[in-house]
This record gives sequence, C-alpha cells and structure tokens, in this order.
Amino acid sequence: MSDKELAVTVRDLYKSFKLPHEQSGGVKQAAMGIFSRSKGYETQKVLSDVSFDIKKGEFFGIVGRNGSGKSTLLKLLAGIYAPDKGFVQVNGSLTPFIELGVGFNPELTGRENLYLNGALLGFDRGQMDEMYDEIVGFAELEKFMDQKLKNYSSGMQVRLAFSIAIRAKSDILLIDEVLAVGDAAFQQKCYETFFELKRQGVTIILVTHDMGAVLKFCDRALLISKGRITSTGTPFDISEEYLEQNYNADKDTVDNPIKSQVNENAPHLEGAKMHRDGDIKVAEAYEPGDTAVIEIDIKGGDESVGLGIQLFNSDGVYCFGTNTYVDGYKLKKGIKRVAFKVKLDLLPGNYTVNAATMDKGATSVISYHSKICKFRIKKTTEVEGVASLEHAWE
Amino acid sequence: MKISNIFSRRNRILLRELVATDFKLRYQGSVLGYLWSLLKPLMLFAILYVVFIHFLKFGSNVEHFPVYLLLGIVMWTFFTEATLQGMQAIVSRGDLIRKINFPKYIIVISGTISALINLALNLLVVLIFVLFNGVDLHWSALLLPFTVLELYVFSLAIAFLLAAFYVKYRDISHIWEVFLQGAFYATPILYPVSMVAAQSVFAAKLLVVINPVAQTIQDARHSLITHQTQTVWNYVDKLWIQPIPIIIVFVTIIWAVWYFRKNQRYFAENV
Repeated sequence: MSDKELAVTVRDLYKSFKLPHEQSGGVKQAAMGIFSRSKGYETQKVLSDVSFDIKKGEFFGIVGRNGSGKSTLLKLLAGIYAPDKGFVQVNGSLTPFIELGVGFNPELTGRENLYLNGALLGFDRGQMDEMYDEIVGFAELEKFMDQKLKNYSSGMQVRLAFSIAIRAKSDILLIDEVLAVGDAAFQQKCYETFFELKRQGVTIILVTHDMGAVLKFCDRALLISKGRITSTGTPFDISEEYLEQNYNADKDTVDNPIKSQVNENAPHLEGAKMHRDGDIKVAEAYEPGDTAVIEIDIKGGDESVGLGIQLFNSDGVYCFGTNTYVDGYKLKKGIKRVAFKVKLDLLPGNYTVNAATMDKGATSVISYHSKICKFRIKKTTEVEGVASLEHAWE
Repeated sequence: MKISNIFSRRNRILLRELVATDFKLRYQGSVLGYLWSLLKPLMLFAILYVVFIHFLKFGSNVEHFPVYLLLGIVMWTFFTEATLQGMQAIVSRGDLIRKINFPKYIIVISGTISALINLALNLLVVLIFVLFNGVDLHWSALLLPFTVLELYVFSLAIAFLLAAFYVKYRDISHIWEVFLQGAFYATPILYPVSMVAAQSVFAAKLLVVINPVAQTIQDARHSLITHQTQTVWNYVDKLWIQPIPIIIVFVTIIWAVWYFRKNQRYFAENV
C-alpha cells in the first residue's frame, strides 16, 4: 500500500505520564527535589509499542475499556500530546471532536460562543455569518442564541457544539464518544451526518466503548487494552473480542451476592447456578436461542412467597423479568431448590441476572439479590437491537 | 513557531476572536465597562500626583512633570498588564489546550494584545494632557511608535517566559507580582533620573542601561514631552554602552521564544 492512500500512520508509539506524588507544582518542591534527589513523581506508562495505519476514507474505530489508553491515543493523534517515542503522521487536515464545545464560555451568549468556536476551526466572521442560519437551524436553537450559555441545558450546548463542529472542512475527523449525548432524534441526525461525511470521502476515527456504534459505522476497528493494541480487524471480530475481555474483567464484580443484606429469618436465596438444559455442568456462554436453566437455592419457601427473576444486559437495560405470581407457579412449603427454565432469545452480549423473593402477590419485596449469576451470549449473528426475535423474509 | 505562521489566515482569525472574547469577558457586568482601563491609570496618576508632586515636590526641576509622570505610569501599566495577562494566558486557557491542538503562542499574544490596545487608548489620553499642558510637540514625537514597539517586544518576551514557567510552577505569579512592585520603584517613573544622579551618577546611568522598560519610558518622554529627559542616548557617553538595552530586549525575545517552543509540547499534559 502506498503512503498516499493512508490518512494516518502510527509507528512504535510510546507515551507515559509523570504523576506527581503530592502537590509538587511549586517552587518549594522543585527546590527540595534538588536536595533530596527524590523524583517526586511516578511514571505511568499509558501507551506502549502502538503501530497502525488508517486508510483514506475509512471509518475506523478505536475500542477499549476505561483506562485502556484510548483517549491518550486520541490526543496523540490530534497532536495535543507529544509522544515519548515513535511518531504519528497525519496526511491532510484533522479536526478533533474530543469534547464538544471546546472553548465554550458560559458567560458568553450562544452567538458569541459560536463565533469563537468557529475561529478555532478556522472560520472568519464573514464565513460564520454565511453559515450562521444553517448552523443554528441544525441545532434547533434559533430562539436561544442571544442567551448566555450558562442558561443552556447540557443537551442544547452539545447540539450547538456539534452543529458547528461538523462544518469543519477537514480530511480527517476524530470523534470521542460524542455519539453518547443528545436525545434520540439528535443522535439520528448525527448518524446521518457521519454517513454523509463518509460518502464525501472524509476519514473518520471513532473512539468509543460503545460496540453498537462500532458495528453500525466502522469499516475496521482496533482493540486496545492496557496501553497495547490487542488486535485490529473487522468490527464484528473486534466487538466479539471486546465482549470477551469485558466478561473476564467483570468476573470479580459478582462476589457472593446472595448473602448481602439479607434477613436470615425471612425467605431469601442461598445460591444460584446456571447451566444448559439437559446438561448439569455450569455454563456461562450460550448461543442465541439456547435453553438454559437457572437453579436457585431458596430458604423459607412457602406457598405465599413468590420468586422473581430479572435479566439485564451490560448497558443496564432491563431486558426481561417475570415472577412466580405472574406465571401462576406456587412454591411448595419447605422447598429448597427452584429451577427456572428460559429460552435465551437474546442478542450477543453480556447479561446479569437479579432475583428477589416477595410476598402479597409481588407487591412487596422481601429480599433482593443482584447479580446472582451472569452469562454471555456468543456472537453468532449480526442482527442488532435488544431481543433476538424469530423472523423470516418471504 | 515560524514567523510566517504567526500571520497565517487561520491564526489571525483565532487571535482576533480571542482578543475580542477577552475584552467582552473582562468588562462584562461593570457599568463603566471599558472606561475602566482608562480610569485605572488616571486614578493611579491622581494619587501619585498628590503624594509626590503636590506634597513631596518631586520633579520641580523638570518641565511638564505631571505629563511626564503620567506617560511613565501609562507605559509601566502596560508592562505589568501585558506580562501578568501573558503569564496566565496558557493556564487560564487550559481547557482549550487539553482538547485541541493549535499554536499556543497565539494565546500569549492575545493576552498581550489587549494590554496593547489599552496602551494605545491611554496614550491618546496622554496626548490630550500634552496639548493642555502646553508642551511644544516636536518632530521627535514620531519616534514614539518605535519606542512602543520595543516595549511591546520586551513585554511579550517576558510574557512568553512567564507563561511557560507558570504552567509548571504556579508560585511564579506571586513572585512576579512582588517583583513588579519592586521594579516600579527601581524604574524612574515617579522620580526623574536627575534625582538619582544627585546621589550617584553611576547609579543613575545604570538605571537606564540595564532596564529596557526604563530606557523606553525615558525615550518616550524625550520624544514626546521634553528634550531635557535623560535617555541612554544622551546621558551615557560611551557609544558601546548605548545599545545595551536593545541588546537585552533582543536576547530576551530569542531566549523566550526558544524556551516557549521547547516547552509547549508538554503544556497539554502539565497544565
């Protein structure tokens, strides 16, 4: 591949930060440092040995968990930080959207902020005058432009910032999690804008931990973990790997949830395990449509006591919930174990199960247990959304 | 920081907006607004006038001493404003620097430009006083812009140094404020150089030679108010000593630009 087809080249990039031990931003500490020879800071390696290329016109995703170094990488790409070693080469003009509304000042009006922000993108007054109506129209803020920015809601600020940011005529756009803000209608608008820009041949780099956005937009993605590139590949492969990584990292968070804050004398759960129907071996990974059984150990079961189950995905979306009252199932007195059989018509991702014991027809909860178990739906399909509905094209 | 870039279109636009924003913010919510930047030096002048001219009879041997004093105050005010604003420029725009990559020196320049605009307006006030005081304007008044340019370059150099330093060591702002207080008295603003010369001629000469601010103030007074003013050019006899203030300015700006360039790569992570 010739260099002309590349928008961004990154080679052997290293970056570390000096973290001061205490408030060492003073002459006193600097003076003391001369005598004591103590460094007064720790070096934290944020990125090591990072190399990759981004082709022109590509929609490229950079994915990683919080603290993986993806934001530092973004700032290196944007030229905000200087690398310790290695280099970043950018062919063409680059506009970072690291945070929307950079330089916005709460004491200025929307209009004044717009002109200032425009100047940062390289637009003079005349150009801004020409685009003014279009920008304000896109942001849907016609009535508010002469109000001070401090009186804007955060959503309004973001809309204003985004509307001006997309005017930047750059060859490369660098976007950091901006899709996460704004209401659904505005997000839709943003998506359409990105597609339009992509059609015009703009290279877009999206940094995110939202796999949905990566699957939806990106041509290629890179997974970064602990400051190193774990892999580069198709969004599909990367998102699969990312989910697996997350799943393993999550493991520690489900720690003995059963016993927490439970009145030992009231009906409560003592344990739970999950396995495939017809296979008693505990399993965590399933395929969409698999039937699973959650076996729940209960103490103090009674005919009047009910049991409820809730499924949540990793975004915290409540996907499904039911209880024994709704389903007309009665717990026998003295029952020790209940099996909940469920067909997992869910989409690939990580899920957690919460459970509760209740009484009086589910109007009051006796004990609530979060994360009694968790499971993963393997990536075998590319359909999107929340539920895996049975479907056909005819 | 290439010279050609300083005046590129994009940087000009940015500079203009930053200066305009600074102005809007500074005088927002005050009734007299911009008038304050004229009133402040005038009020300082009024106080010093009463104390030093009325009571202590300073400068009775200098013609038009009140205007002479005012011009000195106006130029000194510019120096303090430009250096203080320039020093804080990088830190106070830290939010920008952390999120977008653009030439950092633009912010320092914008901090000094608003001081420069104030100086221009204050000089107009001085000019009004000059006319009312019956000063004979000389052709030499045309030299004033060059003197102001020299003072601006020196202030900008100091601002660059302080701005880069301030990112790492916040103590510098306190140190600099105290330093400015001392320097105010070490600069012949309140008192004419002749007063020092009465004690020690060497000290009087030293005063104008090692301090470019003193040199420019004396030059400005010489060209605008009275040719009696002792400047480095007419007061120091040795020819090789005369250009020392200008050499100091030159060396300072080169050092400042070098130091600022060296450090600006790390502003985003240190600020």
